[in-house]
Amino acid sequence: MRVIPTLLIDGNGGLVKTIRFGKRTYIGDPINAVRIFNEKEVDELVLLDIDATLNARGPNLHLIEDIVSEAFMPVAYGGGISSVSQMADALRCGVEKVVVNTAFHQNPGLIGESAARFGSQSVVGCLDIRRGIFGGVSLMTHSASRKFQGDALRIAEAWCSAGAGELMVYSVDRDGTRRGYDISALKQIAERVEVPVIACGGAGSFEDFVSAHDKGNCSAVAAGSLFVYHSSTLGVLINYPNRAELDTKVFSKLLCNQ
Amino acid sequence: MITIIDYGTGNLRSIENMLRVLGYPSVISCDPHVVRRAERIILPGVGHFDYGMRQLRERGLIDALNDVVLTRSAPILGICLGAQLLTRGSEEGNEPGLCWIAAETRRFDRSRLPESLRIPHMGWADTEYDASHPLFYGFKSIPRFYYVHSYHMVCDEPGLELSHANYGYRFVSGVARDNIAGVQFHPEKSHRFGKVVLANFADWNLGKSGDSRS
Repeated sequence: MRVIPTLLIDGNGGLVKTIRFGKRTYIGDPINAVRIFNEKEVDELVLLDIDATLNARGPNLHLIEDIVSEAFMPVAYGGGISSVSQMADALRCGVEKVVVNTAFHQNPGLIGESAARFGSQSVVGCLDIRRGIFGGVSLMTHSASRKFQGDALRIAEAWCSAGAGELMVYSVDRDGTRRGYDISALKQIAERVEVPVIACGGAGSFEDFVSAHDKGNCSAVAAGSLFVYHSSTLGVLINYPNRAELDTKVFSKLLCNQ
Repeated sequence: MITIIDYGTGNLRSIENMLRVLGYPSVISCDPHVVRRAERIILPGVGHFDYGMRQLRERGLIDALNDVVLTRSAPILGICLGAQLLTRGSEEGNEPGLCWIAAETRRFDRSRLPESLRIPHMGWADTEYDASHPLFYGFKSIPRFYYVHSYHMVCDEPGLELSHANYGYRFVSGVARDNIAGVQFHPEKSHRFGKVVLANFADWNLGKSGDSRS
């Protein structure tokens, strides 16, 4: 299982952390954070520009390039990508994968085009999901500012048959709350698709990673708060467990460790 | 100087970045004339097998590569799709590969994977290696590398197998013969483990006795 810090960058190129995709806290310089994660030999990084689609602009290529130039782990980039040429630009900057939410909802044809061009393994579909007060799951776009009409399971399935090589399922209402992943949503989606599913939104402890894997059938776990805040004081502290810690606290507890 | 082949696929920048940090000069090129004169070549690549071969052909790179690798014996390292292209062909498509390594590229056999394992295989895997090959000099423990692939290589003979990893079953994760080597994993994205492999490739001296495999 991969354990992935999720880094959110805003329109000014700063690293931020959100709560439920709303309230933002400034964390610092993303390049510095990536340097620290690099030293800690993280499995992978997800970098999301949360203002790009909202501001109707494409990816900030200079920033991406600066951020990944010394990242010796795989990086997935998302934010503002709506065409094959933008994907090519992002990949050329040095990222391995592109993460797309809004544009795949608006133009599902883009999934097949991008998979044919870059291979499925570079195409990550991101489903932003929000649980309503009656427990139903809605799909969200534009950094969760708009609702998209559609069934999450059917769309997950359609995206994967169109060529998405991985699905990231980001729970909007759990983002930044540390109350655990939306295991039932993850499980339902992961059972419907063949590709790896990345759990995101709500991780508060290493036990949450184990549940996402064992109960949610996820192949990877992503977390923001857990890796940018000090656990007890909630002060900013870029952190990541070392190999031994991951082994004892996460991997050794998994039902089937891969 | 290491020439990184640009044929429109994959992440060249990451390889260039890691080589730069290691202190080895590199140049990214899609020009057959430059490739023909290359001292040392990295064939990267992420993406579809047929797309990769067609791009090589359209850019006039296949003849240039055959010349520099087979006739001039320049060391070459294929990475990910670039390693698969060294084989005869892939279940992913219909195009013939470069046919330098007697091997085929096959899709992960779903029937041999437990249900919990997804395709593509994405993630880090402990990798067993042929310790006598210069690419793997210097490891004191089993290295971990990052893999992203739905297909893997299957060699005609074990002598061509350079490394192995497990994903549901043991698969060939590296191939080598003479001046040619290919790895399924991404050294450029595998932290210090990948740095060792890329530095070894940059220093790979075929002139030294015992370094070249038949």
